[in-house]
Amino acid sequence: MTITAKIDLREQNPLEALQQFFAGILKLEDIAAILVPQRLPTKNTVMPTLVTDASFLGCVDPLAPAFPMNAARIASRLTRKPMGGKAAAVLRPCEIRAFIELVKLKQARREDILLISVDCLGAFQNREYSKFAGQNGTESTLRFYKNVMGGNINEMEGAEFAVACKACEYPVSENADIQIGLYGMKTGESILVKSQTEAGDHILKQLNLPETNEPSARQAAINALISQRTGYRDDMFAKTREASDSLDKMTAYFSNCVNCYNCRVACPVCYCRECVFVTDVFNHDPYQYLQWATRKGIIKMPTDTLFYHITRLAHMSTACVGCGQCSNACPNDIPLAELFRTIAHKTQKIFEYEAGRSLDEKPPLSEFREDEFKEIVGID
Amino acid sequence: MSEFEPTIVAFFCNWCTYTAADLAGTSRLSYPHNIRIIRIMCTGMVDPQYIIKAFLEGADGVLVSGCRPGDCHYINGNYKARRRIKLLREILPQFGFDQQRLRLTWIGASDGVHLSEIMRAFTAQIKALGPSQTKLKMVI
Ligand code: SF4
Ligand code: SF4
Ligand code: SF4
Ligand code: FES
Repeated sequence: MTITAKIDLREQNPLEALQQFFAGILKLEDIAAILVPQRLPTKNTVMPTLVTDASFLGCVDPLAPAFPMNAARIASRLTRKPMGGKAAAVLRPCEIRAFIELVKLKQARREDILLISVDCLGAFQNREYSKFAGQNGTESTLRFYKNVMGGNINEMEGAEFAVACKACEYPVSENADIQIGLYGMKTGESILVKSQTEAGDHILKQLNLPETNEPSARQAAINALISQRTGYRDDMFAKTREASDSLDKMTAYFSNCVNCYNCRVACPVCYCRECVFVTDVFNHDPYQYLQWATRKGIIKMPTDTLFYHITRLAHMSTACVGCGQCSNACPNDIPLAELFRTIAHKTQKIFEYEAGRSLDEKPPLSEFREDEFKEIVGID
Repeated sequence: MSEFEPTIVAFFCNWCTYTAADLAGTSRLSYPHNIRIIRIMCTGMVDPQYIIKAFLEGADGVLVSGCRPGDCHYINGNYKARRRIKLLREILPQFGFDQQRLRLTWIGASDGVHLSEIMRAFTAQIKALGPSQTKLKMVI
């Protein structure tokens, strides 16, 4: 049932091979458009583009260590109602996991979209990326690909990868219809293409690529990567817990926060159309501030900073996919992804839930079992 | 030093625990004055933000109490509330709030006696824990 095929690279260039592969998919009868990251004319910016004409796929670059936004949001915009055709979307594994959460929240539909994912090499934070890419983004991507394939998964040319990426234990998507494999393949020689669902099969069948077997080195390479990342992640959890385990420490953690709420705007799974924190509920009357200040003699302005962050954790940590976009969006470099992942890991565990794992699992706060958590009822 | 008098915020569902509190009152059962009761229609409507707000504003304890299993007037609000309390009892301790400070009970409309016992016991527990960190310090 699954089709596994191989694409040989020319001049060691995976971007060109991907471009041709995506063009092949776009030319199929059943696919009307493809959502794919492309390098914009400024050279060092990569953004999602929606393409209907294969001749506009010349700057395709899903391997660039640029991650300006979690495109699950974009995929949700394209699928919340029927689009009038089926689109393919090239997404990172954490974008697919966020998309699955959005489908569960009824903010996206799985029906009309073909999910394609490339093994994720990781990314830099936005600021680092533009420095890294310099004037020749495409060339920098090829350098980056070789660097990661060579085993450098944390740092390159003096720039650190985003913490979220260093701690990510899902570098390969299990829910994509078509997965494009890099790990365990010979760098610069070939890439793997594999269908993981019927929809993916149906597409790959039409492309007639030379079939192959998945090399055994692949799973081993993925496992090794996951175990390194998990080690980093657990270390990050321990440090973050230590840095946030009292009111004083939380105050220090968020002392630079200006309540701009960029972190929630950037978060793909902060699901409310209108967040309560930007409604009139928080447009307090002037006398209210005076009252609050009078109580302890001092309040910090703007108020409600911890209230916002802890509430956000309570609302969405069970859906957090660890993409790191919250940290990326913060103007004041607050280590948000670290904290959100640390808490999310716990809250997902108590409900035996993993964000983005399966469409069949309901969001934990939307269901219950009658015979669970009996020990928390009562006061002894 | 005078004895620490805790502030406890209690969210009681209209149909069961609040009715029990009423009954306790009319039966002249006493309960500690530390408890500030907020009447809600169902424990299922207690968004985590209400509880977080109470703690950040200096509550030393929060009690959420509603109908027993099968008695919720909105069918399963009490079960949903239990998940949210479970969630918060996982999140809040990370930031230094003892999980004993947040409690969920199910008290039926005719259980006035039980309710006054619970309120006494909870108040005693919170007294033993001492004041919450938010009572003493600035909260950003
Ligand atoms: S909280 Fe941060 S890491 Fe988690 S899903 Fe939202 S943006 Fe991504
Ligand atoms: S913080 Fe809470 S209320 Fe605001 S958007 Fe996120 S989930 Fe909704
Ligand atoms: S993006 Fe940063 S400054 Fe803005 S609300 Fe979030 S943590 Fe605060
Ligand atoms: S009506 Fe009492 S808990 Fe739902």
